[in-house]
Amino acid sequence: MNAIFILWLRELKRYVRSRAQIVASLGNPLLYLLVLGFGLGPVFKRAGNGNYFQFVAPGVIGMAVLFSSIFSGLGLLWDRQFGFLKETLVAPVSRLQIMIGRTLGGATVAILQGLLICVVCVIAGFRPANLTTVPIALGFMVLIAVLFAALGVAIGSSLQDMQGFQLIMNFLVMPIYFLSGALFPLTGLPKVLAYITKADPLAYGIDGMRNVLLGNSAFDPMLDLAVLAIVGAVLLVVGAWRFSKIEI
Amino acid sequence: MIRVQSLVKTFGSFTAVNDVSFDVAEGEIFAFLGPNGAGKTTTIKMLTTLLRPTSGSIELDGLNPTSHQNDVRKRFGIVFQDPSLDGDLTAWENMELHGVLYHVPHKVRRHRIEELLRLFELWDRRDDQVKKFSGGMKRRLEIARGFLHTPRILFLDEPTLGLDPQSRNQLWTHVKKLNETERVTVFLTTHYMDEADRVAHRIGIIDHGKLAAQGTPAQIKQQTGATNLEDAFLALTGSTIREEEASSADRMRQFAKMWSGGRR
Repeated sequence: MNAIFILWLRELKRYVRSRAQIVASLGNPLLYLLVLGFGLGPVFKRAGNGNYFQFVAPGVIGMAVLFSSIFSGLGLLWDRQFGFLKETLVAPVSRLQIMIGRTLGGATVAILQGLLICVVCVIAGFRPANLTTVPIALGFMVLIAVLFAALGVAIGSSLQDMQGFQLIMNFLVMPIYFLSGALFPLTGLPKVLAYITKADPLAYGIDGMRNVLLGNSAFDPMLDLAVLAIVGAVLLVVGAWRFSKIEI
Repeated sequence: MIRVQSLVKTFGSFTAVNDVSFDVAEGEIFAFLGPNGAGKTTTIKMLTTLLRPTSGSIELDGLNPTSHQNDVRKRFGIVFQDPSLDGDLTAWENMELHGVLYHVPHKVRRHRIEELLRLFELWDRRDDQVKKFSGGMKRRLEIARGFLHTPRILFLDEPTLGLDPQSRNQLWTHVKKLNETERVTVFLTTHYMDEADRVAHRIGIIDHGKLAAQGTPAQIKQQTGATNLEDAFLALTGSTIREEEASSADRMRQFAKMWSGGRR
């Protein structure tokens, strides 16, 4: 238990201490939020879909959580390179505990990052339709964070060095983001695209948040919850298994 | 304390360690020498539960590292060839994290961290982030950390690589001192023959995965008729240079250099 806690705390300390990184990681979501949010607003309105800024805000929050949690999992590669991973792997602690500590730490950091974006959204004019449901939206954020932190650990455990990083970025993280419906409504899509978006776990997370914050959604909220919980649990198992196979 | 019998490790068709046997007595300082790629690090990895032997047996303090992994891990400390500190944490936090991972009780932990940081002359810098430390300070901290959970055995894999003579000298003084006061068995590898000659009670020389000689420094010199250990070493292992492929860790380090100042 203590081992899980101290590794969780480590992730948090690293996050708080890397101020430059916090600021840098706000750049991308802000660009989407402010430029797309206000830029596409008029078109969106003309199409009869309402306020685009309101629509895109949950998507951008989901994006911040996605990026932050996957990268924290891939932080494993940095620990491998800077040697710290070895220090934890020869300790008399089970690999499962180490993996859980890291994953929870990464997920917590991602949630903080998401909250930061929430604050920015509110400052920029985002208003949830119903304030009482905000805690449920937070719950969805937690599920997204844990799911992708576990995915990050699974990938980080399987890669040897940073060369696969661009590959993961371009062929996994970006598609997960763009296909999640963070930027466009998932209703009335061409058939193929509709199928692909249904295979994207982030789509359910963002849909869930949008549902509780704004009251419009593409899926059943229970379906959102079920998919996130099941995929999250599976990825935790896969991540733990991949992590237990690391050889250095 | 350490008993190794006909240890073998193969990677595919390559035999990294080939039928190696040796004993290290309690409280002894044993130097394991060999050219690059001779099998030193592979042997240490097997001794420290990071790799499973292909065949042969290992006993650490009477326990088998493969079957009693966690019990064995509590009994040794290790300083790796490459650094293994978290640069974003302070010296104190690195020690604290290690203490928690090794189940050192809170009170003992605080006391021992202070004692070791003072001994290794890092107490004044305890609240500084490790990334601000010099190479020598990092090494000292790693060795101090290795001693934190009062291990029975300390593994040092080329601990003095890249250090200046002052730091090396100081480092060995500390290690020798703790070897005497805490009766820690020390198993070390190094490329500096003078160090091995000065520090080690006994030496094993490995080449191409096989143990070429073992004994006290005097015995090894005598055996080869050399006046110093370096000559003895060259007589036993030849003077051809061993080519090693860059490992993935080395490639990563190059990559990190390119991106230094990047994420971390």
